[in-house]
Amino acid sequence: MKGWLNARNVFIAIVLVALTLLPVYAGITGDRFVVTLFTRIIILAIAATSLNLILGYGGMMSFGHAAYLGIGGYAVGIFAHEGIYSGFIQWPVALIMSALFALVIGALSLRTRGVYFIMITLAFAQMAYYVVAGLARYGGDDGLTIYKRSDFAGLVNLSNKTFFYYFCLIVLYACIYIVWRLVNSRFGLVIQGVRSNETRMRAIGFPTYRYRLVCFVIAGTMCGLAGALVANHTDFVSPAMMYWTRSGDLIVMVVLGGMGSLFGPLFGAVALLVLEEVLSGVTEYWQIILGPLLLLVVLFARGGIDGLLGKVRHA
Amino acid sequence: MTLFIEQCLNGLQFGLLLFMLAAGLTLVFGIMDLVNLAHGSLYMIGAYFAATFTAWTGSFLLGVAIALGGTLLVGMAVEVIVMRRLYGRDHLDHVLATFGLILFFDESVRLIWGPAGLSLPLPSWLNAPVQILPGIYYSAYKLSIIIVSLAVAAGLYFLVMRTRIGMLIRAGASNREMVGALGVNIKLLYTLVFGLGAALAGLAGLMQAPILTVQIGMGEIIIILAFVITVIGGIGSIRGAFVAAIFVGLIDTLGRSYFTDLIRLAFSKETAATAAPALSSMLIYLLMAVVLVVRPEGLFSAGQK
Amino acid sequence: MPDLLQVDNLAKRFGGIVATDELSINISEGELHAVIGPNGAGKTTLISQLSGQLVPDSGRIRFDGNDITAVPMHARSALGLARTFQITSLFLDLSVLDNVALAVQARAGHSFRFWRNARREPELREPARAALDRVGLGARTHLPTSALSHGEHRQIELAMALASKPRMLLLDEPMAGLGPEESARMVAMLRELKKELTILLVEHDMEAVFALADRITVLVYGRVIASGKPEDIRNNTQVRDAYLGEQEAVHG
Repeated sequence: MKGWLNARNVFIAIVLVALTLLPVYAGITGDRFVVTLFTRIIILAIAATSLNLILGYGGMMSFGHAAYLGIGGYAVGIFAHEGIYSGFIQWPVALIMSALFALVIGALSLRTRGVYFIMITLAFAQMAYYVVAGLARYGGDDGLTIYKRSDFAGLVNLSNKTFFYYFCLIVLYACIYIVWRLVNSRFGLVIQGVRSNETRMRAIGFPTYRYRLVCFVIAGTMCGLAGALVANHTDFVSPAMMYWTRSGDLIVMVVLGGMGSLFGPLFGAVALLVLEEVLSGVTEYWQIILGPLLLLVVLFARGGIDGLLGKVRHA
Repeated sequence: MTLFIEQCLNGLQFGLLLFMLAAGLTLVFGIMDLVNLAHGSLYMIGAYFAATFTAWTGSFLLGVAIALGGTLLVGMAVEVIVMRRLYGRDHLDHVLATFGLILFFDESVRLIWGPAGLSLPLPSWLNAPVQILPGIYYSAYKLSIIIVSLAVAAGLYFLVMRTRIGMLIRAGASNREMVGALGVNIKLLYTLVFGLGAALAGLAGLMQAPILTVQIGMGEIIIILAFVITVIGGIGSIRGAFVAAIFVGLIDTLGRSYFTDLIRLAFSKETAATAAPALSSMLIYLLMAVVLVVRPEGLFSAGQK
Repeated sequence: MPDLLQVDNLAKRFGGIVATDELSINISEGELHAVIGPNGAGKTTLISQLSGQLVPDSGRIRFDGNDITAVPMHARSALGLARTFQITSLFLDLSVLDNVALAVQARAGHSFRFWRNARREPELREPARAALDRVGLGARTHLPTSALSHGEHRQIELAMALASKPRMLLLDEPMAGLGPEESARMVAMLRELKKELTILLVEHDMEAVFALADRITVLVYGRVIASGKPEDIRNNTQVRDAYLGEQEAVHG
């Protein structure tokens, strides 16, 4: 197919190949840190991908998405603290709790629009933050250390750095694939139609509320999975994971990478975190640069990285 | 009983502080349709300026006055440089851009003042208990916060209800296009309104500085509460912000102390210490949820949108 | 022919303004019934109440014998009532075919299908293509909707209404903003459609109205001041004074 060879697809291919070969590079150069960094990037890319589903494709500006990272993470953490290390128990609970939370928050929030929606999702996520910070038994404000990673009856060894990296990478690819199928399905077209023109969707016969709610729950669940991965990666969970500014970081990733594009969230996560690494090497006050940079992106490059790639035309 | 009165006064004082923060937010949102997450940064700047200028000049009052002026200037500069480019854009753009501003301000403060935070000691003439009722003493400083806030609230009321500018503000809050069509210098009006909001935020920040905190990130902590108050009170309504803020201040303060006592009956002191703030926060968010369900425009909405 | 749509004493106020004032109108199956009136007469408000976007303060709406006054917007299209919008309301960032296919999808069962590529489903794409062919846009289906002209947008509006296989169309000023050639095309199109559908046509373009209408109802300030055959309306002095007089002065 002639259309396949364009700047965007070449870039995607390069990124995917680079990510897949990263541990090999690390093995050769002995740079173990880059594996740790990119594991974190990949996990956050999963969270950003889930947010992109409701924000980029669905037009739902949720400012409380980081809450699901916390819920998934604490599901793992709390069980571990109580001595239950089996992933077969921890992870389904993480997913179910995230789904339930999303169901309740979504059912209430999706009745509102615009800035009210932003505020109410933010407020509910903060509520979750306060609840978790109030659990003295599980560390409260100080957080909870996890002494043993999720155990899947010996089938997978999440304590092995390289293995864990590939595990997360496969989950990321699976999530992107799932989002791809979702947004092009009947369900996905309804979601995109609602983002484009909700009144029209209702006028032509769609009960839009229930579709948005289901989308919201799917996104929350996927982010809960990312939360479970975070807990295993850092061996630590704290309420700070759910603080509203973390939700802001996720939104930044989605917008930076390109909203409503499949690989945008991945680009955004890579860009933001690599930028963070690089800039903090230059100055410890790197956020002074990031702040205005974000402003400039909003004003001049709203399509994000994916948008810029789309503008590149070959002769 | 004494304790109850003291807690009520604390709640009132906290509520009034929140009111000043929320008033600026609701004005800016109601008139310019601008969602400003960085409003909390102006609150922080007010506190930092107050601590710095008080230390420089050696006088509390002088330091506070300069700080207020400084915050006003910063606010107007932000309006001219950044906010002007955001009017009329999607709310998502506002959220992202002002989020970027938060990062910028937090880091700038860290660059200039360091990460440790500052302290602002109370002048001795304010650092004494005052007898407000027979046998009941209350901190003079907290009392002055209440008095100053009420004066500011009255001043705002007068400004909005009785002056030409206030009329423009009210008109702008319920019909933006008309005000522009009437030939009013919209640009100047917007800069002044934003400046007013910034000054209010700065005032709140500097007033709480001696008794609460002067640290990076303090804006992020309180801005959510300010937004909740704006939503409950109705966007664009100062009266709504006043009522909602007092409510929230009382719930938060009374909630914390009484929940602590309640929980301590059945659980340990540590559990109570961490669980009580969580519960009172939850109560506030629950209130917001109820208002949004029953009356989505807020209790005293100005009518626009 | 029996009445397909019966409106009894519909009333709607916005604050102090009476938009619909004890309005009653009956539309027989198969007719093209035009609703005309000066600006502010409440024509769009009427269509919004018929389509379910607005809830009337009082009165009843019956479609095919069933009381639909309380039926929500999204359910009315399932009953066979479709509307177009006066101000074009399309999915501008989706393709032309996507727009119409969505209208088909709304009537093709539930959309909780998460896997299969909906753009490859013939039961969605074929009827959409057919509707677009019918309105003359068969060659432009793959383009992003934002790339098409205003006139073509009005055509897409019509195709979307047709795609849901309605029994009755509520058309809100389909000629709005069209040039003479495009208007003539639209009139020809509507004349064809008249043969298979019942149409309620709200319009300002008097040439089109008199060319197409079986019956005309005249609205002023939300109230019916006359209703009947086109010749009767043309000769009605009350109507001439209130409305047609101005129109003739304009068209000279």
